[in-house]
Amino acid sequence: MNNRTPLYESHLKAGAKVVDFHGWDMPVNYGSQIEEHHHVRKDAGVFDVSHMTIVEVEGKDARAFLHHLVPNNIDKLKNTGKALYTAMLQEDGGIIDDLIIYYLRDDFYRLVVNSATREKDLAWLKKQALSFDVTVTERLGFAMLAVQGPHAIEQVKKVVSPEKIALIDQLKPFNGLPVGNWFIARTGYTGEDGLEITVPADQAPAFFEALLKIGVHPCGLGARDTLRLEAGMNLYGQDMDETVTPLESNIGWTIGWEPQDRQFIGRPILENQQSQNVGRVLVGVLLTERGIPRTHDKVIVNGQCVGEITSGTFSPTLEKGIAFARIQSNALDKHCAVESRGKLLQGEFVKLPFVRNGKPVFQSY
Amino acid sequence: MSNIPQNLRYTKTHEWVRKESDGSFTLGITDHAQSLLGDIVFIDVPKVSSDYAAGKECCVIESVKAASDVYMPIAGKIKAVNDALTTAPNLVNADPYNEGWLFKFDAVSATDFESLLDAAAYTAVEQADAH
Repeated sequence: MNNRTPLYESHLKAGAKVVDFHGWDMPVNYGSQIEEHHHVRKDAGVFDVSHMTIVEVEGKDARAFLHHLVPNNIDKLKNTGKALYTAMLQEDGGIIDDLIIYYLRDDFYRLVVNSATREKDLAWLKKQALSFDVTVTERLGFAMLAVQGPHAIEQVKKVVSPEKIALIDQLKPFNGLPVGNWFIARTGYTGEDGLEITVPADQAPAFFEALLKIGVHPCGLGARDTLRLEAGMNLYGQDMDETVTPLESNIGWTIGWEPQDRQFIGRPILENQQSQNVGRVLVGVLLTERGIPRTHDKVIVNGQCVGEITSGTFSPTLEKGIAFARIQSNALDKHCAVESRGKLLQGEFVKLPFVRNGKPVFQSY
Repeated sequence: MSNIPQNLRYTKTHEWVRKESDGSFTLGITDHAQSLLGDIVFIDVPKVSSDYAAGKECCVIESVKAASDVYMPIAGKIKAVNDALTTAPNLVNADPYNEGWLFKFDAVSATDFESLLDAAAYTAVEQADAH
């Protein structure tokens, strides 16, 4: 039997089509994923992301432990509530998972990691924690709702207590803070403003249904995928995994090279790769003719196969096929083609993201 | 449960076929098929007057999620295509058995139609799919 989130019954009531997602029964759409996509770009939508894994790192050595664990520099976290996006790497630089770290106290951090990687992430965290004075604890019994879109924040404020409204009003982008037994973060996976809100499981259905009642649209995994692709955000397991490093995955910006004497897992490999020029890069592809690139389609430049599509979809905002492609870095050119179902589809390489805050923002190479 | 009209014939690959009063046939994909595909964004319909053998790929339906072939159920010649799908491919999602038809064809042998699945047999195909 699959895992179900505290919102499972609410999804059925809202007309969800439910699919298996790495062992979880999750809504893929509530009718039309394209309509859901547009609701998030133009108004507000709510996603159930309760399958995500919440981990707390607590103890005297918490900061030293995170310095060792991740390539991004924890010292960027100066104010309480500030969040940091980063990866966890193997010794060989391969990506174990991507995650967000919230700074709550010098001895207390909250991590949100993926659900499909939960077991290996927890095992890795606990193994690495052995040489530090920290405890690593998974938090269970919560639901997580992502409310996203230009009107997301004002809509949430209509259905929460004055205490929570006050907290939301002072929350800057990419910050998250606890309020009572809730945790409210101004983060997301859509390229729009919005909140990711963790609530005790028993309070989740009432909160979700209150949002729907005031017109926030329920959105499934289908819209989540087209939104994150337009926003240029990687999906772990598809655009990156243990076989590639952050430099090969368009998240080189998450590597905190300074200070040079900070040793983190994977650093020697990344330095080596950086000094010898990275062989492969992850870039955007925009089709200039009708079609949709799909995962593992070949990418062709000047008649040569130079790499493959990692994720592709139809962009509801641009009404074109878009994708991420991992290609040989020396093959980066203006034009390319994607070999899809035996046909060559013409396109161009673009700098990610495709869309931010409802508007096309991509730039050609 | 998906909608399976009694008056149509079906294939194992989820096409439906309707016999028209002029002796031609109309084809589309079933409610179950459109639901599996999700939002449809492009449709490559066949060329009018082209001939297809039974079982041949004749049309490609592309949804956000996947591309899927449509197979010619019985040998025939394409008589007309649904031009409305060029600008509104989601008609197939909204109304798979009426506004969302794909094309009309003349069969090489009209009796081939009788060999297609009836609604009860297609219901069994869908149920087998679900397991």
